[in-house]
Amino acid sequence: MKRLTSVIATGLALGLSFGAQAGTLEDVQKRGSVSCGVSTGLAGFSQKDENGTWSGLDVDVCRSVAAAVLGDASKVQYKPLTAKERFTALQSGEIDILSRNTTWTHTRDTSLGLNFAGVNYYDGQGFMVSKDLGVSSALDLDGAAVCIQAGTTTELNLADYFRANGITYNAITFDTSDQTRAGFESGRCDVLTSDQSQLYALRIGLKDPSSAMVLPEVISKEPLGPVVRQGDDQWFNIVKWSVYAMVEAEFMGINSANADQAKSQGNPGQQRLMGVDTDSGEKMGISNDWAYNIVKQVGNYGESFERNVGQGSPLKISRGLNAQWNKGGIMYSSPVR
Amino acid sequence: MSEKPQVKSSPSFFNNPRNRSIIYQLLLLFGLGYFFYSIISNTLANMEARGIQSGYDFLFNTAGFDILMSLIPYDATNTYGRTFIVGLLNTVLVSIIGIILSTIVGFIMGVAHFSHNLLIRKLATAYVETFRNIPLLLQIFFWYFAVLAALPSARQSMSLGEVIFLNVRGLYFPGLTPEGGASVVYAAIAAAIIGIFVLKRWAKKRQDDTGQQFPVLWVSLGMLFGLPLLALIVMGFPFAWDIPYLKGFNFRGGVTVIPELMALALALTVYTGAFIAEAVRAGIQAVPHGQTEAARSIGLKEGKIMKLIIVPQAMRVIVPLLNSEYQSLVKNSTLATAIGYPDLFTVFVGTTLNQTGQAIEIVFMTMAVYFVVNMTISFLMNRLNSSVALTER
Repeated sequence: MKRLTSVIATGLALGLSFGAQAGTLEDVQKRGSVSCGVSTGLAGFSQKDENGTWSGLDVDVCRSVAAAVLGDASKVQYKPLTAKERFTALQSGEIDILSRNTTWTHTRDTSLGLNFAGVNYYDGQGFMVSKDLGVSSALDLDGAAVCIQAGTTTELNLADYFRANGITYNAITFDTSDQTRAGFESGRCDVLTSDQSQLYALRIGLKDPSSAMVLPEVISKEPLGPVVRQGDDQWFNIVKWSVYAMVEAEFMGINSANADQAKSQGNPGQQRLMGVDTDSGEKMGISNDWAYNIVKQVGNYGESFERNVGQGSPLKISRGLNAQWNKGGIMYSSPVR
Repeated sequence: MSEKPQVKSSPSFFNNPRNRSIIYQLLLLFGLGYFFYSIISNTLANMEARGIQSGYDFLFNTAGFDILMSLIPYDATNTYGRTFIVGLLNTVLVSIIGIILSTIVGFIMGVAHFSHNLLIRKLATAYVETFRNIPLLLQIFFWYFAVLAALPSARQSMSLGEVIFLNVRGLYFPGLTPEGGASVVYAAIAAAIIGIFVLKRWAKKRQDDTGQQFPVLWVSLGMLFGLPLLALIVMGFPFAWDIPYLKGFNFRGGVTVIPELMALALALTVYTGAFIAEAVRAGIQAVPHGQTEAARSIGLKEGKIMKLIIVPQAMRVIVPLLNSEYQSLVKNSTLATAIGYPDLFTVFVGTTLNQTGQAIEIVFMTMAVYFVVNMTISFLMNRLNSSVALTER
């Protein structure tokens, strides 16, 4: 009976297409571009400039995979997705990678038919309030109206945190982060909650950024990373090691400026990462200078971080948890060898 | 002369038109069945291969998120199944509000089209032409963001006698908490409603028998308000006022109408009202002018002409049109998701789908709901339609 109902349900609601089996690498090579799901616009992570060029920390993951697989970081097709659409788009094969500030959680990893291929930003959920509210801690927020984006882990953390502390609140749920900002600005809600990195990004989008402040509490762990479909281990490996390669390059001191030098006269470890005397690429079905292409065209993790969300960007987020493990952070790459 | 015996030659099995048509239909049925079977089994196989969960067990898991507005008790510890009910009730609420208000607006604007006053007539035309030509989504955004922006913050609320408050967070008005004896008041309301029906039948019978008329409307209104009022006085007002008060950031207590509901209901009303106005206009215009003239010639007053001659005939045209307008309204209410009104689409297809990832099951359940709701509307409207349809003797 259960099978019958699900058969009927499935038959009447054919939302999913049937493309996309294993062999994503082949598809990508044949197509000549990587199809990458990004956000609909989030400063620092995935944003589009006036020329239609995408940039951001999440976009750099797409670009590094394109550099590794196709040798050209620009061969990416971006698909802007809302939080609600993202997993279906990946499951159905509409995109090859989802790189859209997505939190790695147990449920998502185990029940959606997806695999998280690493972490490119360690985040945590925070609160932004208007300064004239006179609030200095999240515990003062009893009875507040909270703007939030639908379909995020944030929604669940918020309920947990307020319940644990015995505080009441009203959740006003919007589709996109821009709408949450509009709700916050119009005064519909007292508080905007989201991952801290997003709060900084949303704050600089306010008409008067200095009117709002981010509260000190961080109420959750939000490891953000790229996601791929389950069942295609080759592609999973490529994406995973593309992320690692950027972190490893920073650790080894290789950046986009000195990549050529590291390739020709670096120490053995550096040369190996840059594809000299190694079959590291062949094992994944791509060329051996995959990591060289990534570092040369996209840069190492530190470069990407500073350019998109760090000191070289309007966000000015400090490295914090996202520094290398030997510099006080927890960014750590498994060795490329 | 020998006649050949007339053999009733029956055609061969395959040439028999009856058999043929059965065979064709069976083939078609088989083809269709195979088509759906292959699609469905393909989907299920693919989902299984990709490790995507399926089935309806998730409905019994804890939801873990909060919903802005619920007509039944709900908090984050309830199940996903309950989020479905919460969303469904919110959809039904906004649909009912929208249907009632848009009908009122539509009838007024439709009748206003025939006003002898030029200003009113032009106003009605301008209303219809403006609002049915602007996309509904834009109207929803307009009512939400433009009107929201115009309202004051919670601490500077507009208030009416310090009991009703309006601010950017919504409309707050006092609630009534029933105390002992409240049931007498409810009984009085029920008695009044039953009384009105009885009165109406009695008045009709008396008019049929004697020709004498009875002021049913005024007596009915008197009963509807008088009886509960009497009960209230006798029982010594068995309700406690729950007046909203400002505490911290927001008002507590009383009844809150959230701005999302106001904006959505307003947009649906204004938009659908424009279409209903056109339906009403069409209905009235469909009644030949001769009917009015004939009614005048037998000495009916203008009000009676409208009530007894024009409206019953116009309803035959209006009701089928209303049916589809109401159905559109219910379907359009899914645009709630744009402004965060927690209707079925926002809550269930939005948050619940995203937290569980079970797209197929959830989309199917939601489609089924809109199907059932609209079939119910259609059923009720068809009942109404057959009651106003021309009875041929």
